Parts: sequence; structure tokens; C-alpha cells
Amino acid sequence: MKLHEYQSKQIFFRYGIPVPKGRIAGTSSEVKQIAEELGGRVIVKSQVLVGGRGKAGGIRLAKSATEAQELATTILGMEIKGLPVRKVLVDEAVNIIKEFYVGIVNDRKKQMPVLIASGAGGMDIEEVAQNNPEKIVRTYIDPLLGIRDYQLRDVAISIDLPRDLWKSFIEIVRSLWQVYVNCDATLTEINPLVINSENHLVALDAKIIIDDNALFRQSELADLRDNDIEDATEIEARKFGITYIKLDGNIGCMVNGAGLAMATMDILGIYGGKAANFLDIGGGASAEKVFSSLKIIHSDSRVKSILINIFGGITRCDEVAKGVVQAVNDMSITTPMVIRLVGTNQEEGRKILANSQFIPAESLIEAAEKAVFVSRETVS
Amino acid sequence: MSILANQRTKVLVQGITGNEGLFHTAQMFQYKTNIVAGVSPGRGGDWVLDGKIPVFDSVKSAVETTGADASVIFVPARNCADAIYEAADAGISLIICITEGVPVQDMMRVKQFLAHKDTKIIGPNCPGILCPGSTKIGIIPGNITFPGNIGVISKSGTLTYEVLYALKQANHGVSTCVGIGGDPIKGLGFSDCLELFESDAKTDQIVLIGEIGGNEEELAADYISRYMTKPVVAFIAGVTAPPGKRMGHAGAIIEGKEGTAQEKIKILEESGIRVAQFPEQIPSLLA
Repeated sequence: MKLHEYQSKQIFFRYGIPVPKGRIAGTSSEVKQIAEELGGRVIVKSQVLVGGRGKAGGIRLAKSATEAQELATTILGMEIKGLPVRKVLVDEAVNIIKEFYVGIVNDRKKQMPVLIASGAGGMDIEEVAQNNPEKIVRTYIDPLLGIRDYQLRDVAISIDLPRDLWKSFIEIVRSLWQVYVNCDATLTEINPLVINSENHLVALDAKIIIDDNALFRQSELADLRDNDIEDATEIEARKFGITYIKLDGNIGCMVNGAGLAMATMDILGIYGGKAANFLDIGGGASAEKVFSSLKIIHSDSRVKSILINIFGGITRCDEVAKGVVQAVNDMSITTPMVIRLVGTNQEEGRKILANSQFIPAESLIEAAEKAVFVSRETVS
Repeated sequence: MSILANQRTKVLVQGITGNEGLFHTAQMFQYKTNIVAGVSPGRGGDWVLDGKIPVFDSVKSAVETTGADASVIFVPARNCADAIYEAADAGISLIICITEGVPVQDMMRVKQFLAHKDTKIIGPNCPGILCPGSTKIGIIPGNITFPGNIGVISKSGTLTYEVLYALKQANHGVSTCVGIGGDPIKGLGFSDCLELFESDAKTDQIVLIGEIGGNEEELAADYISRYMTKPVVAFIAGVTAPPGKRMGHAGAIIEGKEGTAQEKIKILEESGIRVAQFPEQIPSLLA
């Protein structure tokens, strides 16, 4: 779960990481007021959870409070990569002498946290990593010990940080590590960390991503979730414990298990079809969950056929069949449905579905082929 | 023989009195897995499965009394890291963690903690291991496969069952099936299991089931071309998965340009590994 820049900066501030003075605003008149308080020269920054805000014109410098208000009017009406700008952060403008990059991220390959630092701050760090890998310093962190002081000194040396700023740099990165650990982050990033004209280090931008698996013990952060970046159906599905991801095809899929759901989508591709969604009902799903899943699929008007692929282990085929029959009857679903039930209680399940309009399939490829075929027969 | 476990492996179940724990303990027991104990803090002294399996308050006391050497974990995600530390400290040599949704930083600490111990861990978020006809530690259904000479390694749950079933339909049995799980930070990986299968006398060829995300399949391809004499057939799920979306498993995500199924398939094929287009094609690609 991604946090907004202003939320991340509030957290940084609490941990003693210096951030520019600033406040969040939802209207241009608020922006004007904040800009006046900050002395007029401010940066107006759109708060949307996508990269490339600057390039899209979503981050602008204002020389006066009036200009800030004008810019805010434009920015608050914008959409950036499909996301509406609902709020802007108004920060005092900072004179930048030099920029650095500092971030802590989970390194999947080494299976431990890594501190990434660079003297090439303010740029897309992935681009720097690709084009100038020598400008990036990676320091692996023992998750049981935390960052060692010598590691931080080594980093300061390798990014050519002036000596008089080492102490403050070490404190900032140590705090960044605390944020990473205490918030269960998968990423905490300052890009750029700058030296300002008063020769102080300041975090001009802030990014925190929280591990979704840890939200149960981060309830305060969980409340900060911005639903704008997610499809409304995906959010709805999550309430039922269903994983749903909208795709761009026209065959609705309901599968148990994530890997099997992906494989099912892929096989549709072999037959020239395309899945309208990824949907995993999870293990041991009840008839109600199956009902909710079909409701979600049925609400998608693009869907021309439905493919149900269940490999019963802890999931019982008869329970799935009950949910399917109930959904079809209650919602009068007429979309052709190809159903493959294999595994636990498959005979009972198939019996429940017999003598109805369902199209049965024995194998996975047969199911996919039939689902693609009937999707083409269906007239919209 | 099989890898990692056999009939003599003494298994204890952490979280045995929970719904999942109890249900799967019964299934494992039915499969004749040598389940010697269960652990459920506060329930020590109880018995489950009609008095067949004793429950202990701690792993330490269960190990002292029963000599358990493997543990299968069904405790909730919030207690999972602690359960793993407890098992490792009590001298358990094989931990199989079924629990889904364990925080990533918990697993990083666990991995670091286990780095200097002799304890192996499989998972979390995995279906466990099945040695057909011998033992089952986890949740893989026992009736969809039979003893044979194919080793199976997979990041997935039901997709693995699909493959076991396809192998059975084609009259291929399995030596051991290991579900390593789909989390980004986890215990045994593909290469660890490949190494074990390479030296297992009962395994003649291996099926590897991967998916989008990370670079483990690429590492496995490298391992296979360097060290494996036994043939390997692979299947990679997620050819049609969109980038930037977590496809159910925590680790199944294409990040930037990294971790696509296409790239994995290309590297596997370049290393001389046959890659199936769909699960039911796997048997026809076996040697």
C-alpha cells in the first residue's frame, strides 16, 4: 500500500527527518493562505499515487501566494495518468545546492533489506541504476542487527557527502531505517535529499510503501489507503476475501488458487481468447463466496462467456456448484458458462449442475477452448 | 525414497487446535503421516483426533516427549514468525509453514535467524510436501497422485494439484512434490530442491512450476544447466498477466520489466529446458 508524499513527510517529521515547512490543501484558497504563511515562494505539488508528476505539470513553483493560488486551481482540476488530483501539498521553496538519493527497500534476490544511495539524486533511480550503475551504492542490512554506523559512514563517503554533513546524514538514514522497520515498509525513500543554501540536509520528497501483509498491525497506516488507485470492483471483491483483478478481455474467469487462475488466463490466450479478469476465490470457499464472485463477474458488461475452473482440494466442488446454481437463479445470468469441476466431491458437484444450461468440461484445455468458442457466439 | 521427509519423519503440528490445523491434521493422519504431537499454547494436556494425538503447550515440551523432528505450521500470520523461532530453538530440523500473509519483514528476520542454524524452512504460504505413498506434511491432496519417479517443485497450490493430476492421468507417479510457496521472501527455493532431487535415487526427472515475479526461475535455469544431469520440464504461469499487479500471490508481480513469464521461459529454453504451454502438456514433454 502506497502512502502519499504528504503522509510520508508527516511520518518522516515525527521521526526527526528534516522536511520543508508545508501543509496539505484541497482548495486553491487554502493554498493561497498556506503560501502567505510560508512567505509566498512555494512549491505546489499534486498528491497522486503515480510517478512522473513533475513531467505531467503536477509540480509547480510559485513566486507569490497569488500565483500559488492560480497554479493550484489548474493542478486541482488535473488528472494525472487517469487519477484525479484531489489534494496538493504546499511546501516552502528550497534553494538546492546538491541532490542525493537515499532509499531502503526489500531486496528479493538477497532476501534482505538494502540501503541504496546515490550522488545522482532527483532523477529516476531505476534509470540511474541502468545507465550509470557505478553511481549507485548498495549496502545490505542485517534485519536482526539493523544498520551499523560504519555502514552509514561508508555510504556518506561513497556519495561524496561533505564531512560537515556526515553526522546529520547518519541521523537521517538511521531514522529512515526506523521508519522502514516500525511502519513495516517495503520501501522508504528520499528522492531527493538535498543540501540547501543554509548547508542543511532536507528531504524534498518522501515515499513510503507499506507491506499489505502487515496492515493488521499497522491499523493507523491502513486507514490512510487511497482508493483512487484501485478499481472499485477490486476493492469490493477484497471485502469478500476474493482476489479480483480487472483485465482487458471478455471471458469472465472464476478459479480457485492464484497460480491456477493465471494458468487458466494463459490457456485462453492459446485459443485466441482473453480473460476479462483474474479471480481467485481462495481455498475452501463457501457457496456465498462463489455467489459473490459470480456477482462481480456478472456486473462486468464486457463479459461474453464465463469460465469456472475448480480443482477441489480443501475447496469442495459441491459447495461451488451450489453457489453457482444460486447465483444463476437469483441474478438470472444468461451468459454461457463453461464449468470444470475436478477433485473433492466432484461427482456431487456435477450432479447439482446436471440438467441445466451449463457447458461441462473435463480438461483444462477443453474448458478454455469451449469458453473462447462460446464467447464468440454470444451476441452483445 | 523421497526428499526432505519420509515415513519415519516425526511430525508435530503447530496450531493443531485451530480449524485449519485440525482439519489438515486429520487428512495427514489418514495418509499415515507419522504425526506425533500438536502444539497449542494453553491447551497442553488435551488430545485431538479421538485421543490419538497429544497436545502440548510448547514445541520444546512436545519435542522432549515425542522426539518430533519436523513441524508444520498453521498458526495465524501474526504469530507465525514466533512459531518458527520456537520450532527452530527447540531443535526442529524441518519447518513447513502453510500460513498465508506473513509480513515480509518477519520473514527476512526469520531467514537471517535461520541462516546459521541447521533448520530448513519451506514456505510460508505454501501447500507443503507430499511423498506419495509415504508421508504428507501439509495440505496437498493425497489422492491425486501416486508413487513414481517424477520430482515436482512448485510456487503454487492448486496449480500444483492440476499438474499432479495431469501426471496421474498420463500414468506418471511422483517421488516427492514440494510446494515452496509464492511469497517474495521464503525458505527453500527452486535450486535447493533441484539439488536434493539430483541426488535422490528415486527421482529420474523433475517438473518445475514457476510463475511471474522475482528471478528464481532464472536462477534455476542457471543451476540446471550447470549441475543437473536429470531432465527438467518447466511450466511458467502468468504469460498474460499485466505488469505492476500482484496476481494473488504476494510474490507474483511483474516489477518494471522484471519478472515476466516471457523472460523466464526464454531463459529456461535457452538453458535447454522444455517449457510446457499449459499444465496438461507437461506429461508429453517428459523424457
